[in-house]
Amino acid sequence: MSTPYAKLPAWADYGLIPLVNLAVAFLVAGLVVMLVGENPFRAAVILVDGALGRGQNIAYTLYYATSFIFTGLAVAVAFHCSLFNIGGEGQAYVGGLGVGLVCLAFDSILPWWLVFPLAIVGAALFGAAWAFIPAYFQAKRGSHIVITTIMFNFIAASLMVYLLVNVLKPAGAQAPQTRNFLEGGQLPKLNWVLEAMGFSIRSAPFNLSFLLALLAAFLVWVLIWRTRLGYEIRMRGFSPKAARYAGVSETKIIIVAMLVSGALAGMMALNPVMGDQNRLQIDFVTGAGFVGIAVALMGRSHPAGIVPAAILFGMLYQGGAELAFEMPNISRDMIVIIQGLVILFAGALEHMFRPSIQALFASLSPRSAGVEAQQGEGG
Amino acid sequence: MAETAIELKGISKSFGAVHANRNIDLKIEAGTIHGIIGENGAGKSTLMSILYGFYQADRGRIDVAGKTVTIDTPSDAIALGIGMVHQHFMLVQNFTVLENVILGAEGEALLKTSIAKARSELERLERDYGLEVDPDAVIEDLPVGLQQRVEILKALYRGADILILDEPTGVLTPAEADHLFRILEQLKDEGKTIILITHKLREIMAITDNVSVMRQGAMVATRETAETSVEELAELMVGRRVLLQVEKGEATPGDVLLAVEGLTVKDSRGVTMVDNMSFEVRAGEIVGIAGVAGNGQSQLLDAITGVRKAVSGTVTLDGEPVDLTGAADPADLRERGMAHVPEDRHHVGLVLPFEENENAMLGYHRQAKYLNGPFLNIEAIRADAREKIEKYDIRPPDSRLRTANFSGGNQQKIVLAREMEQDPKVLIVGQPTRGVDVGAIEFIHKRLIDMRDQGKAVLLVSVELDEIRSLSDRILVMFAGRLVGERGPDASESELGLLMAGVEEKEAAE
Repeated sequence: MSTPYAKLPAWADYGLIPLVNLAVAFLVAGLVVMLVGENPFRAAVILVDGALGRGQNIAYTLYYATSFIFTGLAVAVAFHCSLFNIGGEGQAYVGGLGVGLVCLAFDSILPWWLVFPLAIVGAALFGAAWAFIPAYFQAKRGSHIVITTIMFNFIAASLMVYLLVNVLKPAGAQAPQTRNFLEGGQLPKLNWVLEAMGFSIRSAPFNLSFLLALLAAFLVWVLIWRTRLGYEIRMRGFSPKAARYAGVSETKIIIVAMLVSGALAGMMALNPVMGDQNRLQIDFVTGAGFVGIAVALMGRSHPAGIVPAAILFGMLYQGGAELAFEMPNISRDMIVIIQGLVILFAGALEHMFRPSIQALFASLSPRSAGVEAQQGEGG
Repeated sequence: MAETAIELKGISKSFGAVHANRNIDLKIEAGTIHGIIGENGAGKSTLMSILYGFYQADRGRIDVAGKTVTIDTPSDAIALGIGMVHQHFMLVQNFTVLENVILGAEGEALLKTSIAKARSELERLERDYGLEVDPDAVIEDLPVGLQQRVEILKALYRGADILILDEPTGVLTPAEADHLFRILEQLKDEGKTIILITHKLREIMAITDNVSVMRQGAMVATRETAETSVEELAELMVGRRVLLQVEKGEATPGDVLLAVEGLTVKDSRGVTMVDNMSFEVRAGEIVGIAGVAGNGQSQLLDAITGVRKAVSGTVTLDGEPVDLTGAADPADLRERGMAHVPEDRHHVGLVLPFEENENAMLGYHRQAKYLNGPFLNIEAIRADAREKIEKYDIRPPDSRLRTANFSGGNQQKIVLAREMEQDPKVLIVGQPTRGVDVGAIEFIHKRLIDMRDQGKAVLLVSVELDEIRSLSDRILVMFAGRLVGERGPDASESELGLLMAGVEEKEAAE
């Protein structure tokens, strides 16, 4: 009996189950908050208020979410090919180099709206190039992509430190970063959108790349479900043997899927580098590559799930910062614990509540739940 | 006269909304061989899993030797003297026979004493039942027939009086199957009760005392084997009259469409699986390749269809050479008119999580009719799938349903529809009816004959000797990677059986 559970309606599959998982994650997180001697309810209020309470906070939440959408999509595309790309961190870091070089070269001669497309290409190319090497080793040599991509995160970090300290740093400057970009290398902020909705914002880095992230989410949906390439990627992801039977070159499809994945990860760099800091500086990725894994898991590798999941993690980031500020017992690490719990329940333990919810649905409405178990026997 | 070994009363079991078993009554007399037949999905395995403690029934009662019992786990079943021989053997490949037999029944912390005890017990069982097997042989070195014997020994060692065998002959040569039946007879004479689950009607007729037929989760009839016929049982299983013999006219072979010369293929470990094979298939004929599973048929199919690289040899497809050792890939071969129904539809022929329409174009998805530039033409793809569903009577007729939710027979129809509707020149078919129910087998066989009559060259590989004999115009027998003989469709089963077992050509002919 391969699947003795009845199928769920889509809203329960994509809505109810993630919510239940999330609720349990917060319940356990609440216990941890109690353990350090704080009131979990007050902590929850501070967290939500810190993320959504004022226009200022919303803008920050969306700024973080922008990065997570890119890295989440990157992980998802590779997932569909059954490749676990955990090198988003390094690919985004190197992608930043692409953005930085484009901005440094053109910010004095071109307006931002001409530099932006060039920077997108630069980010995508550099991110894809960084993903190409592990992809090539996986496709040709069978070197496991999890091992190689995580190693390449370290190599990327070292490479970037070298370049920033020895090559890109202006003479005489103390910090390992490039010069500030001129106006041509700065993306317009989107804070006015929130202001138009009646929120007030002092200053926040919420910028145009958010729209690019939404566009990327749509394009990823088109790629995966509406193109021949996406069909072949999914085919290889579900069944490498069937892909070989169908004449899909495994080498090619692995490399292409990883190039797309790396390009998406690289584009994450647009948000902090061109949208906020306006210079290439050390460690600007700050873990967004890894959060992307959680976002993709929680969003079930579907863009329609990844965008809300990215916003949720944006809230955790922004609200968590406020929480650490308001409650001295709760450090920044506490937020990492909460994120970890969300990953644990939404990702690793995704199927923990599924059987009981399915049984519940089956008993409530035997008509709606059905076909899944029809293949009957064979145990 | 005889006492009752097992009585099931009103057993029901549902999975979600699906009733796998409904209100089943079954009485099995001690010291008999009782057959249970039914199509895939009829609920045979679920019923036996309930009896063996894998599942618990939602309702109903189990009596063993006249006493009502509850069986929650397989160990409860074993304690009641019920043993099971699974379709897929549960043996540790690199353990010896002895180690496998005591596995889970070691008895004490130190192996030495339990092994000594097991050895003498095993000798007794071998003597009593003619179950000879070297207790110190390592499982992976044993042929399949002997591995099955070890499974039986395992059950007997645990004191089984009632033995359940789930599709035991699927992996055996006819000779091995005969040997198994002799063992079962002997076990019966010693007073053991045997429950035989199978979908092969011939086996039921040959060996059982009683037979129960299941259909769609219900027990539809129990008969004394001596008083029933193959036709009646088939009708009971399917619920309507079925044609057991394929009707076909004379073949009119034309040009050679597929010619294989000196083909040699190695598997991933470097073992030669296909050894210098040469044969040809003409337009308008079905060439069957008979052989016991694992004699290189899979590698032969993979190499001819470009899924696996060959070491050497040439293949000519409709007069054009194909480079099977290098450049040939499945996409290219499809384009040149070779369709392939693979042996393993679950992992190769279909992507089970895909919607039906996505599988209906698998491998042919590069064709312009499915595409708009780089984009999929979703409308065209679904319309094409709906057309095939109608033409091949695929049920349920829903092109958006996940492929995993179709029954085995309908999944196979999805593959056949895809490959046959391409109007290929050469059709390569592996195990077309494995795990497919009787009704669908009839349909599939008819389609294969149709393809032949349309002038296609059909290469059929199957481990079902009956299928090979009833469909093929010529039969090639494969043993240990080599062709060991060619026969006409009228060759007797025993003659083919000897060839399949590797008995030399001359001896087999005698």
